[in-house]
Amino acid sequence: MESFSLILAIVVITALVFDFTNGFHDTANAMATTISTGALKPKVAVAMSAVLNLVGAFLSVEVANTISKGLVDETGIRPEVIFAALVGAILWNLATWLVGLPSSSSHALMGGLIGATIASAGVGAVHGDVLVTKVLIPAIAAPIVAGLAAMLATRLSYTLGKKADGKAAAKGYRTGQIASAGLVSLAHGTNDAQKTMGIITLALVAGGAVAPDSDPPLWVILSAGLAIALGTYFGGWRIIRTMGKGLTDLEPQQGFAAQTSAATVILASSHLGFSLSTTHSVSGSVMGAGLGRKGGVVRWSTATRMFVAWGLTLPAAALVAALAEYVTGFGNWGTALVAVFLVASSAAIWKISRREIIDHTNVVDVSEEPPGVVTAAIAAVTPPPVGTVTEDLTATISAPVAESAPPATTSV
Amino acid sequence: MKIDWAALGSVFGVSLVITVALVALFTLGIMGLSRRERAAVQGASATLAVTGAYACFAACAAAVAYGISLIVA
Repeated sequence: MESFSLILAIVVITALVFDFTNGFHDTANAMATTISTGALKPKVAVAMSAVLNLVGAFLSVEVANTISKGLVDETGIRPEVIFAALVGAILWNLATWLVGLPSSSSHALMGGLIGATIASAGVGAVHGDVLVTKVLIPAIAAPIVAGLAAMLATRLSYTLGKKADGKAAAKGYRTGQIASAGLVSLAHGTNDAQKTMGIITLALVAGGAVAPDSDPPLWVILSAGLAIALGTYFGGWRIIRTMGKGLTDLEPQQGFAAQTSAATVILASSHLGFSLSTTHSVSGSVMGAGLGRKGGVVRWSTATRMFVAWGLTLPAAALVAALAEYVTGFGNWGTALVAVFLVASSAAIWKISRREIIDHTNVVDVSEEPPGVVTAAIAAVTPPPVGTVTEDLTATISAPVAESAPPATTSV
Repeated sequence: MKIDWAALGSVFGVSLVITVALVALFTLGIMGLSRRERAAVQGASATLAVTGAYACFAACAAAVAYGISLIVA
């Protein structure tokens, strides 16, 4: 019994760590455009997003109640399986953060669950058709839907708003961006904080600490909300930079169109029963807004790296989770080994990230450091073939330097 | 395997229409306010433009309120 509650405690803590990485990974979704267009100061933006995430976590428990049902058979899931799934998801989130690529935390979590389940109960326990309808199709549809909407909206806004100028226009677009970014944050809190609540509840049920089919206990809701808010405030500045500056250069109108499109797509999709990932919607709408302005460009090298990361998210998290699950199968020392591995690799990723610090002070600045050791180190942990990635990385880092005229406060 | 094309299609249609409509309304509102700014410089007034602008912003605010109600529900 003693070791049983210990593994349960480990799972809960790991789930909260995942929630934290989820928060700082997804800050970019809500706030990247707001920060890069200068509508809000970086610190203010993440603080606002954190508060709204926390509020969102308390609004409903519907998502939490459905997370565990559907993708895998929950009968016979042991806490170790969930632990292994979380290890896979956390490591993937950290790795993509290190290289500054937005990728779906939900996909990482699902991938982790699938991998751990396969290792534990065999391929039969995963529902393949759910995988296609809930993961594959939304991942392709979200950026297209959001991108087209943002592109049309941007085009329209530039055509209609030719005569919109002066202080009134600047102030107006600023307010509009803050409002739509706030909506995205709130929606994110309700969705993603609840995913963690669902996972913790699933673990508690699996460990026998809570009766099946019960709502998440209050301490679970509270701690999950706090973890995601903390993560959001911590800020995934690397991803914010890619999303707000790396994919395209955004003017306030574009930022507004992109964020409005993303908020609409997220809300419409979850309301109409075809949930689309926040990350994919926002990335798509940012690219759409980039294409919608005359003379706007999308940096396809960065976009391609992002698409590759999306494709790899599920299998990579699944692979790590499957390995972790295999090792935990050896008993308590196996579980301990996985825990040590998780802490050690997280620390290593953190250490590597400190070689080139990106935080609220330089998130909208262009990088002036010549790519050298850092690029090589980052490229070494990037999934695709190292040679080409290094070139891409160099290109994306040095590109803004060439066109460093700051468009942050440009009016029309 | 059953793919809910109808739901996906409606997500596509609804998102497109709402996004474009909202951005158009908002842009018109901002146009109205800039017109007031220009009018003020010339010493004229632009009551109609300002009224229209506030109507546009009210519609946008209603859309945001509806969005929040969707999140809470």
